[in-house]
Amino acid sequence: MAVNEKANSRLYTQPRFLQVGDSAVTIELGNAVDIRANEAVAALEERIQQESIEGVMATIPTYRSLQVVYDPSRIRSKTLVARLSGLLPEDSRGSTRHRRWLFPVCYGGEHGMDLAFLATAHDLSEEDVIQIHSGAEYRVYMIGFAPGFAYLGGLPKALHTPRRDSPRTLTPARSVSLGGIQAAISTMPVPSGWHMLGQTPVRTFDLGRRETFLLQTGDRVRFRPISHGEYERLDAMAEKGDLVAEYEMIE
Amino acid sequence: MTASLIVLDPGLFSTLQDLGRWGYLRFGVSNSGAMDTVSLRVANMLVGNDPGEAAIEFTAAGGTYEVAASACRIAIAGGNFPVTIDGKAATPYSSHTLCRGNRLVIGCSTSGMRGYLAVAGGFEVAPMLGSLSTHVRFGIGGLDGNALRRGSRIPLRNDDVDPGGDLCMDPSMMPSAGGSLRVVLGPQDDYFTQKGIETFLSSPYTVTDQCDRMGYRLEGPKIEHAGDSNIVSDGIAAGSVQVPGNRLPIVLMADRQTTGGYPKIATVITADLHRLAQKGPGDVVRFEAVSVEEAENEYLRLLSRLDEIAASLEPADPDAPNTSLLLTANLIGGVC
Repeated sequence: MAVNEKANSRLYTQPRFLQVGDSAVTIELGNAVDIRANEAVAALEERIQQESIEGVMATIPTYRSLQVVYDPSRIRSKTLVARLSGLLPEDSRGSTRHRRWLFPVCYGGEHGMDLAFLATAHDLSEEDVIQIHSGAEYRVYMIGFAPGFAYLGGLPKALHTPRRDSPRTLTPARSVSLGGIQAAISTMPVPSGWHMLGQTPVRTFDLGRRETFLLQTGDRVRFRPISHGEYERLDAMAEKGDLVAEYEMIE
Repeated sequence: MTASLIVLDPGLFSTLQDLGRWGYLRFGVSNSGAMDTVSLRVANMLVGNDPGEAAIEFTAAGGTYEVAASACRIAIAGGNFPVTIDGKAATPYSSHTLCRGNRLVIGCSTSGMRGYLAVAGGFEVAPMLGSLSTHVRFGIGGLDGNALRRGSRIPLRNDDVDPGGDLCMDPSMMPSAGGSLRVVLGPQDDYFTQKGIETFLSSPYTVTDQCDRMGYRLEGPKIEHAGDSNIVSDGIAAGSVQVPGNRLPIVLMADRQTTGGYPKIATVITADLHRLAQKGPGDVVRFEAVSVEEAENEYLRLLSRLDEIAASLEPADPDAPNTSLLLTANLIGGVC
């Protein structure tokens, strides 16, 4: 989960094509965690999906780059790069409609073991931390690291916190956390050096659901603080397949 | 009773794997799939399956299996594993027809790390996210997301086989497992000094005991970064060689994370991934840079070699009665 957070965020005027062995090409649109680069990535991915290029197996959108995975027996890099060059968006906005989610979160206690630490570290009360975190709107920059694990941009400066010196080997499933300048929502127990703020009952990854993954790059997320009792109630509903999150379409 | 293969002993680490789960990389799900896709394909060919049918991938030791079906045709490919059927040594690079109650014992490898046990007709297991490939840490695929366990029963699609259909091949046709691993430099070779790249391409690296389906950690001369050893996280392809702050390379494999924040000096070419997958702790590897065009050509060459193998398969026992004759004689079911 290491991220280099450069202060001078910048979108390249000319995208870079990086060859990744003989099975992928990474198109780098910027060099930092930057909303414009991320919007351009989402727009480019959308065009590639619409184009359905023979031999393209998958795409991986990240903060500022898009990896295009190909089958070298069906298309060669030279042809692919030429095709992709023709798809580079002049306008970085895609037409895909994204969702604005509202996720219930139970902060602190067994659900967010680092809430007290974060309050102390920023000379705030736990209530202040909850208010600041749940008062912001976040953008899903990318899904990576583990199935459905969402990296969120938009963490208020007042909560920027360096990662732990020693990562935990396992953190609770569905943790809402922060690390550096970013926030995240996990889906399953994973090792992490981030700070655990709380836990959501929402299953953003559910193999038994038709829409297996709820979040994708470009979605927005807001959080709503709930009590432990409310968490227990919603968690039981979610276990039975209820979404327990609300959303509206945007753009 | 459903036809199945009973796992009496799962060996060290055995999972169902096919050619992988593509299309969910954007949701953080690794492709998984066979580490050595060449051996998976060959094992399948020997039992008359599609090359990408799911098979059991075993590691270092194969385990013991019992047939709970009228008959079951099996084939094994990969590293050198001693194989016995009801105590009798089985010829390698050949399929074999087993009857109900027969025991298949796959011992410890004398060379190579991974082997594949394919069954004619394949396993009757529901795919997850489009594939049977198992990712144990994520709990996806295989038998409820798990590795094989003692007592697991893996349902078979077929309860019986056409008699006299065992096939064999000339083992010398298998693509070579030796030689250096060819790489295409990048995507972040500019994060390393010229000296760092030379170190990587000219030094022997030893596979550590941290070599699993996620990646291979290597030990050897340290690779010099030009500056930062972190990047803004980007996608990771199979075979990419990342070099974190400790300056030692890790080759990322089938179950790797889909994204990561360490610079990647080079990527092992698709045609050589099966060779790395057969390396184990203590084995020494060397890297050699090639162009992407050469890498793509090598992959096409590997695929045509697999086509040649498919075309060369012969009946394992030329004296065995011909299937069509047996069908005429209505002897099916009484052959074993």
